[in-house]
Amino acid sequence: MATTTQLSLSGLTVSFDGVTVLHGIDLAIGKGEALGLVGESGSGKSVTWLAALGLLPGKARVSGSARLDGIELVGARPETLDKVRGGRVAMIFQDPTSALNPVLKVGTQIGEALSLHRGLSGGAIKAEAKRLFDLVGIPDAERRLSAYPHEFSGGQNQRVMIAMALAGEPDILVADEPTTALDVTIQAQILDLINAVRREMGMALVLISHDLGVIAETCDRVAVMYAGRIVEEAPAAQLFAAPRHPYAQGLLHSLPPLGGARRKLVSIPGVVPDPRSLPKGCAFAPRCTEMSDACLAATPALRSIEMGRRLACVLEPQSASQRQFEAA
Amino acid sequence: MLRYFAIRLGRAMITIALVVTFAFIVLRMSGDPAQIIMGPEAPPEVIAAFRKAWGLDDPIWLQYFHYFGAILQGELGRSMRDGRSAIELVTERIPVTLALTLPALAIKIGLGIPAGIYAALHRGSLADRVVMLLSVAGFTIPSFVLGLTLVLIFAVKLGWLPSGGQDSWRHAILPVITLGIGGAAVLARFTRSAMLEVLGQPFIRTASAKGVPWRDVIVGHALPNAAIPTVTIVGFMIGTLIAGAVVVESVFSWPGVGRLLVVAVANRDLAVVQCILLLVAATMVTSNLIVDFLYGFLDPRLRQNAGKAS
Repeated sequence: MATTTQLSLSGLTVSFDGVTVLHGIDLAIGKGEALGLVGESGSGKSVTWLAALGLLPGKARVSGSARLDGIELVGARPETLDKVRGGRVAMIFQDPTSALNPVLKVGTQIGEALSLHRGLSGGAIKAEAKRLFDLVGIPDAERRLSAYPHEFSGGQNQRVMIAMALAGEPDILVADEPTTALDVTIQAQILDLINAVRREMGMALVLISHDLGVIAETCDRVAVMYAGRIVEEAPAAQLFAAPRHPYAQGLLHSLPPLGGARRKLVSIPGVVPDPRSLPKGCAFAPRCTEMSDACLAATPALRSIEMGRRLACVLEPQSASQRQFEAA
Repeated sequence: MLRYFAIRLGRAMITIALVVTFAFIVLRMSGDPAQIIMGPEAPPEVIAAFRKAWGLDDPIWLQYFHYFGAILQGELGRSMRDGRSAIELVTERIPVTLALTLPALAIKIGLGIPAGIYAALHRGSLADRVVMLLSVAGFTIPSFVLGLTLVLIFAVKLGWLPSGGQDSWRHAILPVITLGIGGAAVLARFTRSAMLEVLGQPFIRTASAKGVPWRDVIVGHALPNAAIPTVTIVGFMIGTLIAGAVVVESVFSWPGVGRLLVVAVANRDLAVVQCILLLVAATMVTSNLIVDFLYGFLDPRLRQNAGKAS
C-alpha cells in the first residue's frame, strides 16, 4: 500500500489519575487505507483514538502527538478540534442506541452534522439526510428521519450512526467495535455497509475490534495492542499467515481455522494485567510461553523487522514464529 | 389517549376524597369543636345550643355523610367560628400567600437550576464544592431556624428589615428568602446530579465526536435530557405554592393560607380546614398532571408509552 500518510500518531501517551494506560503509540494511517486495531478489552484500542480526537474526559492527561495532514491535534484549540471531529475524522461507537440522543429526532441529529460541516440549512439538510438514509439502507427514509432512536432497532441505529458519520464527508472513519453490541446476523450487514461506503467515498477506515474475523475480512493492515502498547503491526495477510509476537500467535490460535483439519483451540493463560501494576519488562511476559530473562529486563521496543512489519518482542522474530507453529 | 386522561382524573378524585375523609376523622377524633370554640367556661346550655346548630349531636357517620354530600354539591360550609363562608375565608388569603410563594419559586428556579448546572460543569472545582456545601446547609436547616436567624440578623441587629407583618413589600423580603433558599438548595443538588448523569452518557461523546462545540453540546444535548428529572422537583414545588408556607407564615406573622390553617386546626373549625385541604389536594393533583404532560413533551419515549396505554 503506497499511500500518503494522512494521520500519524507518535508517542501518544494517556494517563488517568497518574496511571498510564497508553504508553507511547506510534501509528500511521494512509489515505483510503483500512487499518485494524485488535487486542483484548483494556488494551488501549479505543483510548488511542479518543485521545487523538480530544474526546477523553478532562481528567485524562494526553501527551505525544497526533497529526492530521500537518495539523497537530493533541492540545489543539477547541475550534480546531470541532472542525476535525466529524468533518475530517468521524467516529462510530459500540452501542449505537445509547450513542444517540434519546430526546432528539434522528433527522435532527444528522442535520446537526450537515449544518456544521457542510454549511447546509433548511430543505437542503432534509434532502441530504434523506440521501444518506437511502445510502445506509434505512427504508422509508423520509418518514424515519422524524423518528426517535428508541423507535429503531440496534442495527438500524448503527446505520443511523454511520449516516451521521458520513454527513461530514470525513477522510477517516474510526469504527470502535461497531458490531459488538449487535446480533450476529446484523453484524455482517453492518460490516458490509461500512465496507461499501468506504469504497464509495474513498474514506480511510480504522476498525477497532477484538474480533479477529471482523478484522481479517475488512482490513489491509493490522496493529495488535496489548496493555497500552502496539506489540505487532503487519499487513493483514501476513499477520494472519505468520504472526510473530507470541501474543498475536496466541490470539490466532484461539480462533477455529476456517479450512483444514479441526484442531483443539488454545487459549492464552492468565488475564490482561492491571495498568496500575504492570509487570516489569514486557507486559505480556507472565502469560507468554516463550518467556526468558531478557523479557523481564526491559520493555521491548517496537522495531521494524521487515518491509511494513513491526514487532515488539525480544525473541528472534523468525525463530519465535517457527517455534510457536511447530509446537502447535 | 382519552382513556389515559380519564384514569388520571379518576385517580385525582379518589385522592381528594381520601384527603377529605382523613381530615374529618382526625379533626373529629381530636377534640370537640363546641367546647373549643365556646371556651372552657361556657355554660352547658350554650354548648348544647352550639352542638344542635351545627348538627354535632347526630351520629358521627351521619355527620360524615352530610358533610361529604355537601362537598359533592360544592357546598363547603361555614366557619363555626364566625359563620362566614369557608371558601370566602380561604380565597381571600390565597393572594396573600402567593405574594410570598411565587417570588420564592422564582428564587428556587432562578438560583437553584443555574447553580446546579454550573456545579456539574465544573465538577470537583472550588465553585462546585461551595455550591454543594451551601446546598447541604440550605436544605438541612429547618425553615423556622433560618427564618428566625434572618430576623435576628436583619431585623434585630441591623434593623434593615421588619421582622413580621404584611404592611409593605419590605415585609415580604425575609419570608421570601427563607422560603426560596431551601428550595433552591434542593433544586441545585437535583440539577447537578441530573446533569452529571447525562454528561456521562455515550450520546454526549457522540455529539462531541461529530464536531458540535461544547457549549452547544450542553445546551442542545445535555440540558434537554437533564430537564426530565428536574421537572419532577419543580412540579412538586408548584404543588406547594398554596400551602407550602405554613411555618414561614407563622414565623413572620404573614396572614396567608398557612396562618389560617393553623388557627382553624387549633379551633377544630372543620369547614375551613376542609376547604384548605381540598384546595391543597387540588393544586397538588393539578401540578402532578402538569408534570405528566411535561414529561410527555420532554421525553419522546414516554410519549410513545402513553400512546400505547390508551
